[in-house]
Amino acid sequence: MYIGGKFPRTESGRYYAVNDKKGNFIANMCLGSRKDFRNAVVIARKAQKSWAGTTAMNKGQILYRIAEMLEGRRAQFVAELITQGESEKDANLEVDTAIDRLVYYAGWSDKYQQFFSSVNPVSSAHFNFSCLEPVGIIAMIASENQGLLGLVSIIAPAIVGGNTVIVLASESKPMTAISFAEALNSSDVPGGVVNIITGNRSELFSHMASHMDVNTILYCGQDDKMMTEINELASNNLKRTIFHKKHDWLAADCESPYMIEKTQEVKTTWHPTKV
Amino acid sequence: MSIDKNIFKATWAYADAPESTDHIKIKKQYELFIDGKFVAPSKKKYFDTINPSTQKKIASIAEASSEDVDKAVAAANKAFKSWSKLSGKERGKYIFRIARLIQERAREFAVIESLDGGKPIRESRDIDIPLAANHFFYYAGWADKLEYAFPNRNVQPVGVAGQIIPWNFPLLMAAWKIAPALATGNTVVLKPAETTSLTALKLAEIIEESGLPKGVVNIVTGAGETGAAIVNHPDVDKIAFTGSTGVGKYIKKATAGTSKKLTLELGGKGANIIFEDAAIDQAVEGIVNAIFFNQGHVCCAGSRLFVQESVADVVVEKLKSRMETLIIGDPLDKNTDIGAINSAKQLKTINEYIKIGLNEGGEIYQPKCNLPKEGNWCAPTLFLNVSQSHRIVQEEIFGPVLTVQTFRTIDEVVEKANNTPFGLSAGVWTQKGSKIFNLTQRLKAGVVWGNTFNKFDPTSPFGGYKESGFGREGGMHGLRGYVKFD
Repeated sequence: MYIGGKFPRTESGRYYAVNDKKGNFIANMCLGSRKDFRNAVVIARKAQKSWAGTTAMNKGQILYRIAEMLEGRRAQFVAELITQGESEKDANLEVDTAIDRLVYYAGWSDKYQQFFSSVNPVSSAHFNFSCLEPVGIIAMIASENQGLLGLVSIIAPAIVGGNTVIVLASESKPMTAISFAEALNSSDVPGGVVNIITGNRSELFSHMASHMDVNTILYCGQDDKMMTEINELASNNLKRTIFHKKHDWLAADCESPYMIEKTQEVKTTWHPTKV
Repeated sequence: MSIDKNIFKATWAYADAPESTDHIKIKKQYELFIDGKFVAPSKKKYFDTINPSTQKKIASIAEASSEDVDKAVAAANKAFKSWSKLSGKERGKYIFRIARLIQERAREFAVIESLDGGKPIRESRDIDIPLAANHFFYYAGWADKLEYAFPNRNVQPVGVAGQIIPWNFPLLMAAWKIAPALATGNTVVLKPAETTSLTALKLAEIIEESGLPKGVVNIVTGAGETGAAIVNHPDVDKIAFTGSTGVGKYIKKATAGTSKKLTLELGGKGANIIFEDAAIDQAVEGIVNAIFFNQGHVCCAGSRLFVQESVADVVVEKLKSRMETLIIGDPLDKNTDIGAINSAKQLKTINEYIKIGLNEGGEIYQPKCNLPKEGNWCAPTLFLNVSQSHRIVQEEIFGPVLTVQTFRTIDEVVEKANNTPFGLSAGVWTQKGSKIFNLTQRLKAGVVWGNTFNKFDPTSPFGGYKESGFGREGGMHGLRGYVKFD
């Protein structure tokens, strides 16, 4: 797993075997526990303040650097996706799209604020403006389908907006998630900004949705029952909930500044102008 | 530094200056406004609306049952088909007309607001009613310009919006809810709070007068059960709620398995921070406005005061003196600073908190003032000697009760100010520009006032972080809760 810029094993000592479509053994993965998740939240909280304070320019450079690292290891990612069951064509397309997507969001880093902010013409002698601030910590349950692109598509808009994240990787296709963590680790992304846990959705989702220091829970999938439960549990500290029901993260509408906006709060500031 | 408190107790007294009530028309009984008509509730049940400053009944208000809510939602659903197809320009004209009609009857609205809710006439006249009219004006202009608010997206209305509003700013909250919903092409079922239904029903009269197509706005009166019927109605597509965090959490849970879009504007425990380099006299006025505005029935009230240690004594001394001059009494008197507590129930809650504060060892200060014998009244109250662990520091009281703590450094006060599940508002007082922006950036709140407090405007987005809710009302950002993208 990848927590706080390190690659620890689960504190529980548990693991699970990942097999390919034909049932052949591929690898053993950590079966992350509730405690692993809770530890990751503490680390993500610590990392959030300074990450949010990193300049927009710098965040953009770091995202671009992740894209470069991914491109450098392109062959490895393609091979892993094929091992996880994708066709060669799909694997190539997924890796290329993931690289492009990182570059896309890298470019948004110093622009989305201008796009969504406003100076408000109030009817009194005040200067008044509204701008975006990161919501804080986002717990994410990543797409089960596209082990790399599903991950990149939710992480990039969240971190470019100054949030820190704890992602539960695809349970059946987790290897690319850990390889992606290696790319992150060599891309100047500060430790704790992105944390990736492997494990079982049904075991962990309720802990992710009910944790009191998580600000937003993001879920990718089609399980209506799980979404309902996430919504119910999220009410305990009024977490914001984001649900992505899409199967396919290749689509063009998966790239949008509105995906960044979903991870933000609007803050309005007033100050008198009369001397 | 000592101040002679008696200098404020001038030898002359304020003469009564009551706003006249003879120009207002209040019916004995109010019905539900459904599908463009005023109709009796299906169960023929009515409840009283009370003048909180006299405890006397003003009128009977219909209690909407779930059958009535069904009818209102059905009417809104039916109206949605044509209303959502109407051009933005035409929709806008109706909203402009509502704004103008409110302006024309502003005086009547102001008096009724103060009669029914207990707020000082100065506030309902100068703040609530003009802001409500301006809110309709503001959103009227958006109706045909939505494509500029959401570039690269095809904007669609959500459908039927169920809107539940509180009793602290009755007409203004109705405007905050209805105006953006109509501008974006939604239809509305609105429930005012049970203690303050009157101005919403007056608004219904205006809506009828404006010629707005029937069913576009429906107003159902009642208490929690009526609200629950709206929240749980399968044909409601959006819930917009302003009220307590407890009910907000219930709504989030209740709508969990549905596709209802949700915006919540909930409680707060705003920090108001005074630095030693603030303009102290202005800051003291700011403290008073932050907590005693509208009897402290303000979700964004500055109810936690933080004063830098070096000026704590002088600020508290000046604050106490200023509190001595506050006039508490008849909401309809133009001299009144603090009106009646909205309901006997709320007064009980506030008094319980005052008791809790005393039991926890807080040092109380209340000015000497003669509270009227009838009605619901609470003297402005300070609590000194309190800390972060006190319940009166942590929980929203929703009354004229201020807790005072001190601090030494910026880091310390930011930590204390943010150490709350709420995140609606905050205030900072200092004459140093960089300190203002340092603080406003670090305070986790949706609205931050620098060297001012409790200011509102239709163009200015309002809403909370964390457990103060989500979504914004006002400004361009206020449209977001009422649209979906294709």
